[in-house]
Amino acid sequence: MTSLPAPQPGAKKLGLVIDLDTCVGCHACVVSCKEWNAFGETGPLPEFGPYQAEPWGVWLNRVHTFEVGDGEDGRTVYFPKNCYHCEEPDCVTVCPTGASYKRAEDGIVLVDAALCIGCKLCSWACPYGAREFDEDGGVMKKCTLCVDRIYDENLPEGDRIPACVAACPTSARHFGDLGDASSAVSKLVAERGGCDPMPEMGYRPVSKYLPPRSIRPTRVRDERPEHKTAGGNGFLQWIDRVLSR
Amino acid sequence: MHPALSIIFFTTSSGVGYGLLAWIGLLAPIGALPLTRQFGAVSLLLALGCITAGLLSSTLHLGHPERAWRAISQWRSSWLSREGVAAIATYVPALTFAGLWLFDARNGVWAVCGWLAAAGSIVTVICTAMIYRSLKPIRQWYNRWVIPNYLMLAAMTGALWLTAVLAVLDVLRPAATALAAVFVLAAAAVKLAYWRSIDQNSAGSTLASATGLPPGRPIRPLDPPHTEENYLLREMGYRIARRHAAKLRTIAMVAGFAVPLVALAFAWLLRGAAASAVLALVAAVVATAGVVIERWLFFAEATHTVALYYRGEASSSVR
Repeated sequence: MTSLPAPQPGAKKLGLVIDLDTCVGCHACVVSCKEWNAFGETGPLPEFGPYQAEPWGVWLNRVHTFEVGDGEDGRTVYFPKNCYHCEEPDCVTVCPTGASYKRAEDGIVLVDAALCIGCKLCSWACPYGAREFDEDGGVMKKCTLCVDRIYDENLPEGDRIPACVAACPTSARHFGDLGDASSAVSKLVAERGGCDPMPEMGYRPVSKYLPPRSIRPTRVRDERPEHKTAGGNGFLQWIDRVLSR
Repeated sequence: MHPALSIIFFTTSSGVGYGLLAWIGLLAPIGALPLTRQFGAVSLLLALGCITAGLLSSTLHLGHPERAWRAISQWRSSWLSREGVAAIATYVPALTFAGLWLFDARNGVWAVCGWLAAAGSIVTVICTAMIYRSLKPIRQWYNRWVIPNYLMLAAMTGALWLTAVLAVLDVLRPAATALAAVFVLAAAAVKLAYWRSIDQNSAGSTLASATGLPPGRPIRPLDPPHTEENYLLREMGYRIARRHAAKLRTIAMVAGFAVPLVALAFAWLLRGAAASAVLALVAAVVATAGVVIERWLFFAEATHTVALYYRGEASSSVR
């Protein structure tokens, strides 16, 4: 049903929190997502000619690189982007067959591949580019928030997190219930001032980004004033003066 | 946005068909059109043929056309679904109207079916336009001129084909010719207003808002996320150079509006001669070609916010 589900008491709002301060752009999340979805519940993500001149295929997580600020203020920000499982996603309401739906119990937005006709309208409706068309299957594919991992009782409890979160070497990705103010992810968002991408669209993304912390300029050791006035060892100070002539 | 030929053909063809159906459905019951079976058969065959060809063509761009019937189920939330429902619903009065006409049973039911078919045609065209009008990430489509644009072009092409059929089968009627000319001018005015609107308005979203990063600092893409093209770039990264678009706009205006108007004028002046029918046909054919170009531009000039992440700006104005 592509009308959005009525809010349920006790429902979770599962999503990701991505820390733009600690992401180093290694693309491990990109690779692990593709690898997990090679055999996951929603069917494989196809690839065409992967070793030929013009490879083509579907993959759901991508890391953009931006330069923010100018000159001394400039820094590189790595920006992993995938589905945010928005609260009011137009990608769900535009679907004519009911294939695109938002789960009431945890807010995950999914595509039912048995109903999808591959009209691509949902990919037009998503401002973030979270959906791609699978030419092999003729249906739309998107991030499933690893719904087949997070509820899988066969996995040890610590592994019941999305593949991208498990793979991140710098712990830049966090997973949890953003509807619960006492959850670890909600506290992280409150602490660091987590923000929505493109909030003016009104889709109300559930996943949040933590903005980079402001840079404290690095100072070289011997410029520090305290080094010159330290009591320390008088002999070493004498050596320092001799060698500085 | 990538201009998919199957969709361009679909919206142009169904626009012609629904426009023609609406005019026939409105005008025949009030006696403003010839009521011969020949006229009914040819005009309605043309209208329903264009509609059906268009609808079938639209299924060509689907990944699973065999499941297309499912598309009528979500009319509560989806404009695409509503369009499917309206299109199918319009067939009922339209086929009844055609059937009663062909069996010479033009009674009150026939008249009501005509008006219902006309209403259904208008509703269907509005639903088609709303599919585009409701997409927030595409600012050239999330625009108040889109619905008038689709309606006027459907009305215009419908009126031109009606005039052509009249000229070929019967006689060029002043009312029909005037109607066609009026709608050519109206459609041209709406089209120019649309183009002015998308040229003047600037994007609401920027790369800064797209990343959620605090505003005020310059931000630009540094490295692309992948070296090869992907679905997003192919479908939504289409760009057309502004000078190229300007040329195509001129061609669309000339073919879609100027030539038909001139041809109609000469068709009227030469009424009674065989040349009149030829000119009326020329007006309809050239106008339809102009609408195809206009529709292609409607897609090619549209930009999607996903381009912000790749290019820093969604603008399609490449020098």
